[in-house]
Formats: sequence, structure tokens, C-alpha cells
Amino acid sequence: MSAIADPQTQLEDAEREALKWTWRNPAGIWGRLSSVDHKVIGKRYIVTAFVFLLLGGVEALLMRLQLAQPGSSLLGPLRYNQIFTLHGSTMMFLFAVPVMEGMGVYLVPLMLGTRNVAFPRLNAFGYWMYLFGGLLMYIAALTGTISDAGWFAYPPLSGPQYSSGKGVDVWAQMITFTEISAMVVAAELIVTILKMRAPGMTLNRLPLYCWTMLVQSFMVIFAMPAVMVSSTIMILNDRTIGTHFINPAEGGDPLLYQHVFWFFGHPEVYIIFLPALGFVSAIIETHSRRQIFGYPAMVLSLVANAFLAFSLWVHHMFATDIPHVAAAYFTAASMSIAITSGVQIFCWITTLWTGRMRITTAMHFVLGFVFIFVMGGMTGVMLASIPIDLQLHDTFFVVAHFHYVLIGGALFPLFGAFHYWFPKITGRMLDERLGKIAFWILFVGFNLAFFPMHIVGLQGMPRRVYTYLAEMNWGPANLLATVGAAMITIGGIVFIANVIRSRRSGEPAGSDPWQAATLEWRAASPPEDFNFVHLPAVANRTPLWDAPDARMEVTGMRRDRREVLVTSVLDAQPQFRMGLPEPTIWPLLAAVGIGIGLVGSIFVFSWYYVGGILGTIGLLGWFRPRGAREVEP
Amino acid sequence: MNPQSVLQAAGPQAHRIETLWWLFVGLLAAIWVVTIVLTILPAARRNPAGLSEPNLGAIVGSATGASVLILIGLTVVSVVAGRGVADADPPADSLVLEVTGSQWWWYVRYRNDDPSRIVVTANEIHIPVGRPVAIRGTSLDVIHSFWVPNLQGKRDLIPGHTTVQWFQADRPGRFRAQCAEFCGLQHANMGMWVVAADPGEFDAWMEKQLAPSREPTDAVQRRGREVFLGSSCAMCHAIGGTPAFGQNGPDLTHLASRLTIAAGTLPNTRDNLAKWVADPQSIKPGTRMPVVQLSIEDRNALAGYLGSLQ
Repeated sequence: MSAIADPQTQLEDAEREALKWTWRNPAGIWGRLSSVDHKVIGKRYIVTAFVFLLLGGVEALLMRLQLAQPGSSLLGPLRYNQIFTLHGSTMMFLFAVPVMEGMGVYLVPLMLGTRNVAFPRLNAFGYWMYLFGGLLMYIAALTGTISDAGWFAYPPLSGPQYSSGKGVDVWAQMITFTEISAMVVAAELIVTILKMRAPGMTLNRLPLYCWTMLVQSFMVIFAMPAVMVSSTIMILNDRTIGTHFINPAEGGDPLLYQHVFWFFGHPEVYIIFLPALGFVSAIIETHSRRQIFGYPAMVLSLVANAFLAFSLWVHHMFATDIPHVAAAYFTAASMSIAITSGVQIFCWITTLWTGRMRITTAMHFVLGFVFIFVMGGMTGVMLASIPIDLQLHDTFFVVAHFHYVLIGGALFPLFGAFHYWFPKITGRMLDERLGKIAFWILFVGFNLAFFPMHIVGLQGMPRRVYTYLAEMNWGPANLLATVGAAMITIGGIVFIANVIRSRRSGEPAGSDPWQAATLEWRAASPPEDFNFVHLPAVANRTPLWDAPDARMEVTGMRRDRREVLVTSVLDAQPQFRMGLPEPTIWPLLAAVGIGIGLVGSIFVFSWYYVGGILGTIGLLGWFRPRGAREVEP
Repeated sequence: MNPQSVLQAAGPQAHRIETLWWLFVGLLAAIWVVTIVLTILPAARRNPAGLSEPNLGAIVGSATGASVLILIGLTVVSVVAGRGVADADPPADSLVLEVTGSQWWWYVRYRNDDPSRIVVTANEIHIPVGRPVAIRGTSLDVIHSFWVPNLQGKRDLIPGHTTVQWFQADRPGRFRAQCAEFCGLQHANMGMWVVAADPGEFDAWMEKQLAPSREPTDAVQRRGREVFLGSSCAMCHAIGGTPAFGQNGPDLTHLASRLTIAAGTLPNTRDNLAKWVADPQSIKPGTRMPVVQLSIEDRNALAGYLGSLQ
């Protein structure tokens, strides 16, 4: 506390105290479960997703140990197939998408200069659904109920005839949970970004990271229903109530599933990858100390990327029964997505050349990202060519390709983002030296693990095999890949050690350790419950690079209720003040009710009704009017 | 050397793909190197490059334009190559094979207008060098994928669909095929050999396959045949010229003429046959072949008989 009794400071202190009281997160276990603070929920998403990343990583390591030499009997076919199913499902549904959503939930309101997301309770509900979905799959796994039909669960293999037990049903319902969660986050981020920006933050002043989350959220809304149609309606209903969507003997068609699944599955890659582009833009902008070159080109290529992502799905199906004129169209579309990604890369390179670059750990991960991701992009162009794809489809070449794209394209930027925003989230810096050590181990380990897979793929090694014959000569490359996987593990341990150590005793960060340009750095580190004492207003794309006396603030907001400013969609003109809801336990209760229904329906269909009733009770409690505080105009 | 490599083409289709592959790799690797150098270089520089914004726009614009042109070029080359590889109907003089995937083996039938000249075999395909071979594929259970990397890209075998592809071998040789679509527990051990031979040699093989199975020549083999016909073996397997006509497993009429047993998993030796019959589940866990309880003598006799089915 300041000892100087300057009236200005005194006033601000009083305001801060009032805001603290209004926006406080309730204490105690009950209180924690009731929290609707986007920062609390964002952190929960991120931490939960990292736990699943570790689980998925252990599964990957087990697979690499099994494949280290030909004819190994470490796991056997059943375990191996279960583990690769678990690995893929975990990484896609329980790590990659949720961690990106979590980062968005945490960062977007801060970057927009507001106090919470537009629907705080829905946000809490979304997290609980995600958590329950993940718990469902792993608790079932511990009891031995695991699907071994792959994360893509192609019927008829995943159908009632060829996958007995409840493993596939659990898998399908896990997807229902996580997709509800993703849809919820998408809806609230779209509204938050379009209606709750700081005054003056017109759409063409929106930080690029927020653009990626906006575009990604629209993609989620169009893509996720497709996976629920394929996994819940087709697979689950075929299995539990005997529909015949996919049974050729009854007029169904297994290819129908593939179309619907990949109509989700390909956009899914970009749902994971677009936020990572946003991380990279934010890190490069700060570290080159200039605005990203070509802002309109960046935004337009993001939007184009999103549209194109929905017209590529057939390139997962070139080896099926696709008419070739149609297939040629999908080749062209698949290749053209390299253009939109290329534009982003070109703009970053130009920014790097014309900026004054600082090489921190975050920047290491960004440069590593370009190295790995561009290679993944190149192999992607190869796979877009039908003749080449017909040879390489479903081989280890594809495994190499998408790990280059997803680890290089999403995980490396995520690690960069971690180093970059960790000071904001925790108030302490991550250790730079340990960070760089972890980077180099991860970078070398990654290439050692995945580059050889290109080669064994070309030598004819199919994916999803639990073993191979010694005379195929795939042994040495596989052994090398396993050594790489071990290195990645070590790199991961160094990273975790750094996080634990820095969280306790890292150097205090201050509100803006990187001299960055966007609004989240104007809040304290870690941000207080209400984010900003005065809501900021902006006049350009890089408000924190303005002279301190040019900084603008909104005044006249009430402090005795949870009030935020609603602004217009295009120009962010202030429109009205809106009260946001208080913390409440009801989103959790609604999630539990709906969750009971979804889990029960794996076994008996009528549990859907139970879930419907319990969920309705939860929603009634949630939406019960609570007097004037929230509805005041 | 590698028996299943994409980069050791033995026929025009695979060759075309291999050429296309090297074109893609050469061009894209060069672009990758340039991109990486341009990204890393600024890290070593102290001062920003003195370029004005319009100049930067021109640079980014021309890089984008160049990418568009390169990608259009690659699309055109790829679609043209695809015409020769993937979408042409098989020539009229093709040898037509029906391949049916099952968990976890391949049923193969050589089409012929004369029903008495239809050959049925399993897990091994013989083809004549220089003649187009059409594969009409389907599946009895889950989705499989037929893939001989040395000769052609893969084509899925889908229940309820018939997919067609064709290829040709330009030189004699043995090429390995493997299921390329995840099909359950033993996806890894669903292999097959494709043997390309000169037309004369192929015709001789064909004639041999058309013959009924060999009669046992000694007491052990006779005992083996009795065991086969008297146990559950005959419920699933057929041996031409005997009353065994089970259709759930591979046809064994000329089993001993094949290179491997258990769908490309074990070399076809008498020892391996005995081992396989004794305990298929430990060699290929989950295989549909059950353990048949037999005395050691019976098992050896059976292996002796099966091993004589040239």
C-alpha cells in the first residue's frame, strides 16, 4: 500500500476495494466449485489438459517401446490397439482442443479489456462437461473398458459386430461431453469478442490472437456437430439401439460415417492450429518490437483457411471409392490451404526482418515451430497429391506428417505461449536458461522421433501395427524413433521442473515484462479478480506502445455489481452496461445431471430421459431470477 | 533392401508415382530450406532491414504469387499423373482377380469365363510379367486395404462396395503386400506375397493350381489326411479333390506351393505348419483359427500331409 495520501491514489484504492468485493471468487470448496471467473476456469482447462497431455505422452512412450524392435511382445495386439486408441482420443479431444479453448478463455477477455466472458456460468458448465468426459474415459479405462477401434473408430470395426463390450460406447460418449464443452466455449468467445471489446477496439484493431479465436470458434460451431452425428448418432445408436446407419447388410454404408467424421476431423486440425497461429503472431509482434506486417492479409488468410478447411475432408478418403473428378477438386483444395498458411509465414518472416528481434525461450519455440511446421506443411502438399497419397496413406509417413503439423504447428507455439504468458498468469517469470535447455531437448528429440517415420513409411510400414517382421528392415528407424521419444520425455520433465520451480521462486514479473503491446499486459500479474481497475479504451492496435499519458480509460462503471461494457460489433462503440451473473453452483449441478444421463445411456437408452430431467432441474436452478442485481439495464 | 518399398517401383503405375514423388520432394525441400534460412537469419542480425512497407508488400505478394503458381503446377502434374495411375479402367486384356479381405487373410479368385479354369487361392498372388492385372476388391467383414507398394498405391476393400484398381509388373520378382487399413487385432499380420513371373512360368503355375490336390504318397500323409477330414479343420478349409470344402478359412489345395502361412506371417516350412496348427493363438493372437486338440503324432502327420500339397 502506498504511504502517500495522494487523493488520486486514495480514490483508486477505494475503487479497487469495491471491485475486489464485487468480483471476489468465493472461498472454500463450495465456493471454488461455484467460481465463474474466466481466469479460474481458463486455468482449470489448461491444467486439466496438461494432465491429459502427460497421460497421452505416457501412452505414446509405451507404443514406442513396443515398436522399438521387431516382434516385441511387450504389449501384444489388444493392449497396443487400446493404447493407440487412447493416445489419439486423449490428444485430440482431451488435450489439444481443450487446452486451446482454455488459453482462449483465460486470455481473450484480458486482451479485449473486459472483466469476464459473456456467459460466465455457461463457461463453468463447459469446463465441468469436459472434465467429466475425460474422467469417464479414464475411469472406464482403469476398469478395462477401453475401445481398441482407433480414435477415428471406423465402422464396421467399431460396430456392434466387431467391437464387443462397452469401450466404443464410452469413447463415443466421451466425445459428446467434450464437444458440448467446445461448443459452449465457442459460443461464449464469439459473443465476447464481438460485443465486449474495449471502446475503440474496432474489428481491425482486434489483436491477431483474438482473431484466431474468433475464426476458430466459428469453425467449432460448424465442425463439432458433425462428430456428434458420426459418433453419437451413427456409432452409438447402431451399437445400443440397433439402428443400421453403417451396416451394409441392412442398407447402411460404412463410407457415410467416414464422410461425416472427416467433415469434422479435418477442420479439427485447424481448430487446434489456428489459435497456435495467434500465439505465434503475439510472440513475434512483441519480440520484434513492431506490429505484425500485413494485418489485413493475416486476417483474410485466417478466414480463408477456415473456409478451405471444410472442403478438404475427402483427402482422408482417397483410397476409398471416390469418383476421381471429385477427388481432383479435393487435391486442389488441399493444396490451396498451403497458400493461406504460406501468407502467414511470409508476413512473420517480413516482420522478423524489419523488427529488432529479441531471442527469448518463447522465441526459440516460435523459430522451432517454423522449422517443424513448414516441413509438415510440405509433406502435407505431397499427401494432397492423389497418386502419392495412394502410396503413403495410412503409413508411418502420415504419422510423421501430422505429428510435424500438430506438435510443430500447435504444441511448440503452445510451449512458446506458456513461456510468454506464464508471467501474466502466475506473476513470476519462467527460468530462461531451463526453458532453452528444455527447448533444445524437445526440438532434437522431436526430430529424432518423427523424422525416421517418413522413411519407414516410404519403406512400406503401415500405421497402427503392433509389430512387424524383422525381415522388413524397419528396425533401425523404429529404434531411433524410440530414442527420440525418450528425449521428448526428458525435455518434458525439464519443462515441468521449470514450471514448478518458477512458480515458487521465479523472478517477479511485474505487469508487463516483455514490453508488449496488447491490453492483457495492462492488468496486474496475476490479474486481480476484476482484471482492470478502470476498463481500458484504445485508439490503435498497439495501445501499450502509446505514451503512458495517451492511455485511455472508461469511467462511470458501477462497482457494486458485476458490470461490463457492451460495445458495437464493428466499431466497438459503447452501447450499454451489462451485469454479469454472480458465482453459483448450478452449472456444476446441471453438468452432473446431464452427465449422469449421458453415462447411463451407454448402458440403457432410457437414461437419456433421466439426464433430461436432472439437467432441466439444474438449468431451472441456474436461470432462476435473482432480483434486480443482474437484470438492471 | 526392403521387400515393400514405395521407392523400388517394379511396374509402370508405381514408377509413375515414384517419379512424381521425387519431383515433389525436390521442389518442396528446396522451398523449405529457403524458408528456414530466411526465418533464422534475422535472429543473427542486429539491425532491422531497411525496407519500406510498400517494398515489403511487394515481397510478400510475390512470394504468395509464386506459391500459387507452384501449387497450381503441382496440382496439374498430380492430376495428370493420377489419370495414368488411379482412374483409368483396366485394359480389356487384363487378368482379373477378385480379392476379398477377411479378418485377417486374403481370399483370391482368378476370374475366368470357363468355370473349370477358375483358380481359388489365398494370401499369395501370382501374376505374369507385362500383362495388366485388375484387382476387384471387397471385404466380408471390416474395411481392409489392398496395397502392393512396389506395383501400385492402395485401394480399400469395403464391405458392400467393390473397388477396382489395376497394375502391371515389368520385371519378375516377389513383392510384399500388406493390409493398410486398421482392421482389428491382427492388422499387423495381414500380409501377402505377389509373385511376378514370366508368362510361361505363370501359365505353368496356373495349370498346377487348377489340378486337384495331390494324393498322399505314404502312410504318414494318409494319416494326416484322415486327421484333416476327421477333425474340425475341414469345417473351415477346403482341399480340392477331397470332401473338405469349408469356406471360412484359406483354401489349402496347394498350400505347400505358397511362400508363407498365416497371411505372410511365417515362412512355409513343415515345422512352422506344425507350430501353427498346435498354437495359432500365440503366433497371431486373436486369429479366427482355433486350437484343434491333436496328439503329437496326429499333428505331425497333419503337417506332413499339408506340407505335401504342392
